Amino acid sequence: MRHISIYFFLSALIIIPGIYSLARYGVKPSIEFTGGSRFTLISVKSPADTILQSFKEYAPILESFDDTGLTIKSKEISQETVQKNLDLLKTTNPEIQLTNFETIGPALGKETIKKTVNALIIASVLLLAYISLAFKQLKYGICAVLAMFHDTIVLLGSFSLLGHFWGVEVDLLFVTAVLTILSFSVHDTIVVYDRIRELSHKNKNVDYVSLINQAVTETMARSLNNSLTIIFMLLAMFLMGGETTKYFSLALLIGTITGTYSSTFTAAPLLVVWDKYFGSNK
Amino acid sequence: MTFSKPQKISFSIFVLTLISLYIVLPAKLGNFLIPRLNFKIGNLDFSKEIELKQGLDIKGGLQVVLNADMKDIAGSDRTSALESLKEVIGRRVDLFGVSESGVKTALSGNDYRLILELPGVTDPQQALSLIGQTAKMSFALPIYTPGKTASDAATLTGFNPTDLTGADLQRAQVTFESQDRSPAVSLTFKESGKNKFSKLTKDNIGKPIAILLDGYPITMPTVQAEIDSGSAVITGKFTTDEAKALSVQLNAGALPVPVTIISQKNIPATLGADSIKKSITAGAIGLSMVIFFMIAYYGKMGFIASIGLVLYGVFTLTLYKLIPVVLSLPGIAGFLLSVGMAVDSNILVFERYKEEIRAGRDWRVALELAFGRAWDSIKDANTATIITGLILFNPLDWSFLNTSGSVRGFALTLILGIFISLFTGIVVTRNLLRLFFKGKTNIQNK
Repeated sequence: MRHISIYFFLSALIIIPGIYSLARYGVKPSIEFTGGSRFTLISVKSPADTILQSFKEYAPILESFDDTGLTIKSKEISQETVQKNLDLLKTTNPEIQLTNFETIGPALGKETIKKTVNALIIASVLLLAYISLAFKQLKYGICAVLAMFHDTIVLLGSFSLLGHFWGVEVDLLFVTAVLTILSFSVHDTIVVYDRIRELSHKNKNVDYVSLINQAVTETMARSLNNSLTIIFMLLAMFLMGGETTKYFSLALLIGTITGTYSSTFTAAPLLVVWDKYFGSNK
Repeated sequence: MTFSKPQKISFSIFVLTLISLYIVLPAKLGNFLIPRLNFKIGNLDFSKEIELKQGLDIKGGLQVVLNADMKDIAGSDRTSALESLKEVIGRRVDLFGVSESGVKTALSGNDYRLILELPGVTDPQQALSLIGQTAKMSFALPIYTPGKTASDAATLTGFNPTDLTGADLQRAQVTFESQDRSPAVSLTFKESGKNKFSKLTKDNIGKPIAILLDGYPITMPTVQAEIDSGSAVITGKFTTDEAKALSVQLNAGALPVPVTIISQKNIPATLGADSIKKSITAGAIGLSMVIFFMIAYYGKMGFIASIGLVLYGVFTLTLYKLIPVVLSLPGIAGFLLSVGMAVDSNILVFERYKEEIRAGRDWRVALELAFGRAWDSIKDANTATIITGLILFNPLDWSFLNTSGSVRGFALTLILGIFISLFTGIVVTRNLLRLFFKGKTNIQNK
């Protein structure tokens, strides 16, 4: 681990802009978290502004307007009210029609955030406990979970930037992706730690740091190959899959890549750092 | 002639594959008809093609979450009021004749909710205005029109309303008759209903009284005597379940719960069809890339792993059909993702094999060692994924965790994927390798 500082520097290079963006802009929550409505109108003849004007009490935001229709995001509104407004618009837009309609009460949104936080905490604690038990030392658990947080921050940071510059929203599926990435991150880390465990049984006289070095070199190929097959699938899904799961695939893709990087270049170096500061047990 | 263990196992896998293919493949492949077998296991009819269940986001339709306003209902009655509400709304939903509609109750903190899924509903407005009404129960007198001839039975043609309504009813309960312990339903009226009911029974001794819910009769007991105590018992040849069902319906009138929509989602069917098409293309391309990579990188072993991967796909789809797993778009994403993960254990084993070969072992020994030694990391790594999968799936329905259908759909496909991939990645590939793989014999055996 001669290049520990380089690895941490590389991580910082990715993480710091992400954290900055998270602190400055936050993420763009979807109506699943904030509550509100989203609906799509087709056969719209009037300019978008006229349509928005008719919903002005509900703070409408134009999301998209193309051949497929006009999508508006607004405060919570009932389908009945939308329909009434459409009837008024019928004079200028005789064929205007509501196709997609989605509404979520604000209470439900808050609840979803709470449940998400619960799930993240429970997952972290359980994974910490499981890895500590499986490897019989707390440091493995802690370092693996730290590497996992590293990946989570990279993912959240990327979506904060995506949200700020391209209006990508964070929804319930994104949360699912984050939780999935927790396990992927740990999945790769375990492969490296497992090799450290095996080597330390075999070579009792080698010092811990060179043990870690050896383990990292030996597992590099498989960590990479393991993730490559997943990356192939995710890349195909992101580029060619349906709209609904497009950003879900992207979140998983970003998470898988950072998870692969972090298992070798964060989780293992963290063990070295731990060893340096908290005594040297083999 | 005796068979070796790998041969026997491989034969079983072959049979399993045939059965799975029978379940997975459509009954008609181009011009070729697959003969159907005529047998059933439980609800599964193998003579027909078993369909993959599609989620609402694929089929299109209406999803609504209703909040039940329980402020007028006593705390102890709330659970039964919610059950009654589910019953009432379920019946209204049935009026729409949508197949596979679903009504689920959900408790979240102090909120009582109903989640409705109505696939294929095209006029959500109309559906909602009907479903959202508060249940109305009334007592009425049936009107019989005599048949044309004396031999024709009189037919029920209408109801005469009375002043007694669900608002006068305190509650309904299942009771058991003191004589023969047969189940019955007891009605307790409020002060306001006591006199009305007394008068109604006095005037109609020997005649039936209909109890209407949303205008439809749910029961028509015949009055035996005047009842002025404010509590009555409906007897009949009920089973306990029937008595329970009746009391739930009666409570819908006694404990009326207004509902409000807290979330609604209309999904056009075209969106789903388009997404499916795209997902299949993406899946096919991703799969070919994985197979290409495995063969390019691991050669013959990679080829055998690819057979394992295809079998993984077949077995997974079979289980999806048999369980059945309701396939939503995130679920499909989960399945595709699991295809990428399915070769994980293969890669761990193959890399281990390479190491053992480098250590100078004979390929046969190396192969067995590789499977044995890679198992530790395979086990630990997959356990971690199962832990998060279970948190997402929330199997015990804990209210502090997510209960959203799409998240659960994804989690279920992920968890199933891990178990099946362990089977195809370890058992299937190992046996195929034992049978068909022949490595280079190492000359410098230790």
